[in-house]
Amino acid sequence: MTSQTTTASRQQTSAMDKATPVLMGLIPTLVVVGLIWIPALFTVILSFTSWDGVGALSGIEFIGGRNYVEATTVYPTFWPAIGHNVLWLVGLFVVFTPLGMFLAVLLDKEIRGSRFYQTSFYLPVVLSAALIGFIWQLMYSRDQGLLNMLFGTQIDWYGDPNINIWAAIVATGWRHTGYVMLLYLAGLKGIDPALREAAQMDGANQFKTYVRIIFPVMRPINIIVMTITFIEGLRAFDLPWVINRGRNGLELISTLVTSNVAGEASRIGFGSALATLMLILSSIFIIFQLRVVMKGEDR
Amino acid sequence: MKQPAFLLPRLGRRSFLLGSLGVTAAAAVGCSGSVDYTKVVTVGSDQSDDAPRKAFAEMMAGFTAHETKVNTVDHETFKEGITNYLQGRPDDVFTWFAGYRARYFAEKELVSDISDVWANVEGMPESMKNASSTTDGRQIFMPMTYYPWAVFYRPSLFAERGYSEPKTFDEWMALNQQMASDGLIPMAFAAKDGWEPMGTFDMLNLRINGYDYHISLLAGNEAWDGDQVKKVFEVWAQMLPYAQEAALGRTWQEAAQSLLQKQSGTFLLGMFLQQQFAASEEAKDDLDFFIFPEIDPAIGADVVEAPIDGFMMAADPRNLQGSRDLMLYLSTPEAADIIVAADPSRIAASSLADQSNYSALQKKAVKVIEEAKNISQFLDRDSRPDFASTVIGPALQAFIRDPGNIDSILDTVEKQKHFLFTS
Repeated sequence: MTSQTTTASRQQTSAMDKATPVLMGLIPTLVVVGLIWIPALFTVILSFTSWDGVGALSGIEFIGGRNYVEATTVYPTFWPAIGHNVLWLVGLFVVFTPLGMFLAVLLDKEIRGSRFYQTSFYLPVVLSAALIGFIWQLMYSRDQGLLNMLFGTQIDWYGDPNINIWAAIVATGWRHTGYVMLLYLAGLKGIDPALREAAQMDGANQFKTYVRIIFPVMRPINIIVMTITFIEGLRAFDLPWVINRGRNGLELISTLVTSNVAGEASRIGFGSALATLMLILSSIFIIFQLRVVMKGEDR
Repeated sequence: MKQPAFLLPRLGRRSFLLGSLGVTAAAAVGCSGSVDYTKVVTVGSDQSDDAPRKAFAEMMAGFTAHETKVNTVDHETFKEGITNYLQGRPDDVFTWFAGYRARYFAEKELVSDISDVWANVEGMPESMKNASSTTDGRQIFMPMTYYPWAVFYRPSLFAERGYSEPKTFDEWMALNQQMASDGLIPMAFAAKDGWEPMGTFDMLNLRINGYDYHISLLAGNEAWDGDQVKKVFEVWAQMLPYAQEAALGRTWQEAAQSLLQKQSGTFLLGMFLQQQFAASEEAKDDLDFFIFPEIDPAIGADVVEAPIDGFMMAADPRNLQGSRDLMLYLSTPEAADIIVAADPSRIAASSLADQSNYSALQKKAVKVIEEAKNISQFLDRDSRPDFASTVIGPALQAFIRDPGNIDSILDTVEKQKHFLFTS
């Protein structure tokens, strides 16, 4: 190969090389800005207006922060909804994610029928929220439900506003557990068996092996599981919506936004204010989560 | 879109992407190109259940002047998407409800004035015309069927136990007491979706404060935390001990089943309750009703709640003449007869409709409504949709959950009303 051809080909590729990253950067940026940031910005702007969603944009009237004042001081379901959102997140985080991880560790032991258990626990993950709501309706129904039949009680699991949020969290946790289990199991399968053997040689019991060796090695999977738990917790919407449109004890900010904006009501401005508050709440959790993740990165 | 997948093995990635774009574009063009919308009248229908859908198709087949195309959308989805639907490319004619709910879209200029069609309409009673008009007297709605809200019961149960229809509130409460001591649930009750208890509120308010106050209250002109409304909830609180427990988790269908199984004695609901009885061979005709009894003799009991269902015409129909002709056809007794025959829980709006096949229940409904001095629609049809669905529905549920908390509930209702009606 002569030096001339080398330069020529290098020049050719470098022109392509320059254009490609620019395009590859530009297109996703445009998509993200156009589909995420601009709509988010519009939502924030609309939250300072009163608009019924009908007619030209000139019909929009700016009313300052009144929507926010109304939402936080008068709207009776706002604070309960915030409480339910936090409860949802904490419930998944404290109960169902650890449960999924625990099941994965158990199934990793190659016990008899582990395939069967894997499939059983994973099955709910592929079901839609509508189906999950229905399946649990069969468990929870006051008059014909399995739970009340077993315990001889008359509890209205979906209808009683004091307990239906717990009932809904259990139903959603049922799916979440299987999801976490599968992810975690995949991670566990990927661990070098030599690590375990070495730990056993050194006299560590199973619990110690897991806490000291396996858990730290699983760090990438742990982060994924944590992120998914956050996402599932913050986007909670479908199951309460399926159960009773997020009313009567099952209010979440997301269901309030939907019933204000998407329904016949069309309170676009007010709904946008609720959505913006949800955005702020989510941001707080996301910043918190990122800090935890990044902190680990420094170490 | 199945074709590109089939061709995939032989194509490169880029040509595949381009190809699928092309197919998508072709499909889009194909869709809009295949129908000439100036010749066809399109109809948006919310009659999505099997039986009403079939009856709707049969009714539309009776209209032969123009070709029609019916687009059926799930009932709830249709209602919730209505604002976007009307601002997009709506069908020429669509199913809707009378009252404030219709006037609202007329004010926003999302529907057509059909006064010229009404000029040729025959056999529509004056009350129907009023319910179809804007405040300044233009017609914007074409009624087809309606049904009363009343207190339903099984005559065989009443005969068995020797009960009789109460005429006054005191008689009704005595009957409730009697039923409770006979081991029955006196009043079946459902409140899961938030709109069911609106019927109870409407009737109480109409009996305690009268029609004019009721309409004014729903239009946002009266105080929700005032003594009149508080009185309504005081009376309601006296009734609640007789109502079926755990109503917040129950749908109206489940409550209707308890009436059907003679576990409960009465049920205040719309006549669509009959649909639950239609399937039962044994109880099919064993259903009767009495109108909500008088509470205050000075107010009387001459208002009946009877929501009207019908049709509206889009603001800018693509086939204007066809849509007008269709609207006129929809006002005819022939059209209504087909719908009512398929669903005997309704009665036809037209006074020329064939009533010879009406059941005893339908005949009684006609009589009750004819005798009524005023007809109300329903809370969510007589008020702003945002106020009804996001404020009143949850407030009524909160009251049922904790009746003792009514003062603070009404306080927030008034504040929210003020915000909604003034911003």
